Amino acid sequence: MKHLISIRDLTRDSAVALLDSAQQLSQVNQRTIKSLPALRGKTVVNLFYENSTRTRISFEIAAKRLSADVINFDAQSSSTSKGESLKDTAQTLEALGAAAIIVRHPMSGAAHSLANRGWVSASIINAGDGRHEHPTQALLDAMTIRQQKNSGDDLAGIKVLVVGDIEHSRVARSNMLLLSLLGATVSVAGPGTLVPEGIEAMGAKVYKTFDEALDEKPDVVMMLRVQLERMQKDDTFSTREYIANWSLDQTRLGLLGKETVIMHPGPMNRGLEISNQAANDPRSAVLRQVENGLAVRMAVLHRVLSGEDSN
Amino acid sequence: MIILKNLTLSDGSINDIRIDGGQIVEMGRISDSGTDCTDLIGLSGFVDPHTHLREPGFEASETVLSGTRAASAGGYSAICAMANTDPVADDSNLVERVYDLGVEAGLCFVQPIGAVTKGLKGLELSSIADMSTSRAKVTMFSDDGMCVHDENLMRQALLEVKKFGGVVAQHAQDPKMTVGAQMNQGAVATELGLTGWPAIAEEQIIARDAQLAQETGSRLHICHLTTAGGVEVVRWAKSKGIQITAEVTPHHLLLTEELVRTYDPVYKVNPPLRTADDNTALLAGLVDGTIDMLGTDHAPHSGEKKDCEWENAAFGMLGLESAASILHQVLIQSGAGDWKLFEEIISKRPAKLASLDNHGFIKVGAQANITVFNPHERIAVTEMNQSKSNNSPYLGLEFIGRVQHTIYQGQFSMMNQSVREH
Repeated sequence: MKHLISIRDLTRDSAVALLDSAQQLSQVNQRTIKSLPALRGKTVVNLFYENSTRTRISFEIAAKRLSADVINFDAQSSSTSKGESLKDTAQTLEALGAAAIIVRHPMSGAAHSLANRGWVSASIINAGDGRHEHPTQALLDAMTIRQQKNSGDDLAGIKVLVVGDIEHSRVARSNMLLLSLLGATVSVAGPGTLVPEGIEAMGAKVYKTFDEALDEKPDVVMMLRVQLERMQKDDTFSTREYIANWSLDQTRLGLLGKETVIMHPGPMNRGLEISNQAANDPRSAVLRQVENGLAVRMAVLHRVLSGEDSN
Repeated sequence: MIILKNLTLSDGSINDIRIDGGQIVEMGRISDSGTDCTDLIGLSGFVDPHTHLREPGFEASETVLSGTRAASAGGYSAICAMANTDPVADDSNLVERVYDLGVEAGLCFVQPIGAVTKGLKGLELSSIADMSTSRAKVTMFSDDGMCVHDENLMRQALLEVKKFGGVVAQHAQDPKMTVGAQMNQGAVATELGLTGWPAIAEEQIIARDAQLAQETGSRLHICHLTTAGGVEVVRWAKSKGIQITAEVTPHHLLLTEELVRTYDPVYKVNPPLRTADDNTALLAGLVDGTIDMLGTDHAPHSGEKKDCEWENAAFGMLGLESAASILHQVLIQSGAGDWKLFEEIISKRPAKLASLDNHGFIKVGAQANITVFNPHERIAVTEMNQSKSNNSPYLGLEFIGRVQHTIYQGQFSMMNQSVREH
């Protein structure tokens, strides 16, 4: 595997292998000396065109645990403000020795372009492109579900419900593709204006209301973050209505099964898409997700940079 | 003097054609000498109702000379140059300048299209009457690239061109429904995370303008139709006797939105590539006459405008050099139509649309504008290299059927697949 751009790049078996590898690598994070020499001498660049402290730090720690040299390139405040193109920036980073470029970009397809247009030969890892995909987030979610449900290799038979702003969510897209690839049944529910046309083609069943979706007794409820910075520009968005219809509030929390796993990609808007009680509930796996993010990113970096896998 | 020997015309008849002094002077069985055209198809010179030449303003992408070289290579003896240059072709000086550049290049007739509104801003009408009486004799007006969205302005424009029998060519795109739009709206756009461009944004403007054309009794042309619903609206309008014509591009007949999955901006075009069902409906419309003609929407862009992220890339693709080969594939090779229809679509009807009286005919006494098409020989798209830009969505492909000769005003502008400047 040279790059990780989209879940579409994975097969069921290669996805399971990544999860297995992440599971193994997660043990490193329990040790006193939390590092492996696997990527010693290799340079990994975090090329972030959007603010995302959490994802950037997660990748940074993951690379450091594998002994890679890590450079953080804050593209928002550097050459791009001088008009440099993505292509030129990436080529510059490669000339400086980058073996892998982890890219976060507000435009859908940016990571795909870096990987496929002959601009650079470095490995490209998509850390989120527009509303397209966020594959490492889906992998860490799958890893979390697998742990919480003790489900064996894949996620066969597990029912996952994704709730909220599907339209603008790359997390939702990557999860729909990956979780169904792994055998889970994925449903989505969200306000009509935020569930895009043709989403069923990505393998998800669409529910019109949260409560109707909860009647199906999902094993996992994944709450999406309301992108407030986006919604505040949208006159039709009403916070009050959103909370009434789409928040995992106390009442809905009571409808969940004892074993139902509550997930959220973070950062959470407590009191908006997720109530304080739900966020603090013992069924919440939010911090486990963060931990697993580290392991998954180590596994992905190792896979794309070790050259062991010609897939 | 040129003699074309054994040329098969669109009606199936085999003729020799003698050309002298810029005109066709004799047809029939003439002599044993001349350019052998056995098994080749002779058609009235191709006419493109929709070309972007980029000069003045964007000479790094295309000039009138390079664009007309591409036109000659594609079999065109006349092209209509869109107004979205810099400065915009919105007054008589500017359209005359483009017209003169065409004459100077001498490879095909360049008919400037005038802007409908000043600076393509959609706020006030341009100097339409002045342009119509200028040396460039503009009869077709378009804000192409932008839609004349204001309904009252569109009505005024139709009334204005009616005075001299002109036509408004509308780029049908409701701007409010397509803010930030990147590709066809639907499941593919949803998966790719790109903002969708709903078909209705095109269709409702066509419907509105058809009604305005009906009410004003003026002529309306719809640029680059792309949706099955749009074909239905035009079909309805024609059934009501409304003076409406429509064009389709080669790429909307051949390519689909599935290509956008590559995020390669060579497939980024306005209006966007649609679905296979739309391709089918467009071809059916072309065959039954709902869609009148092919328009290339030849839109060259210099490298940096395409070698970037999808959303930062410019809209548009090359078209002049590949159009006839594609029409051959979708119409003739598929068996959907014959050479008479081919000639109507690529020459006669667009000539009529733009009031180009010297084009669209092969007959004694007519100006000699003739395209000789070789339906047997293959052409690799890499051979199509006359444009200054290389944003062709067909690179890597081969087509069967290519232009052998192009004759413009009685002289070869392309001879044996090679462009000739005079």
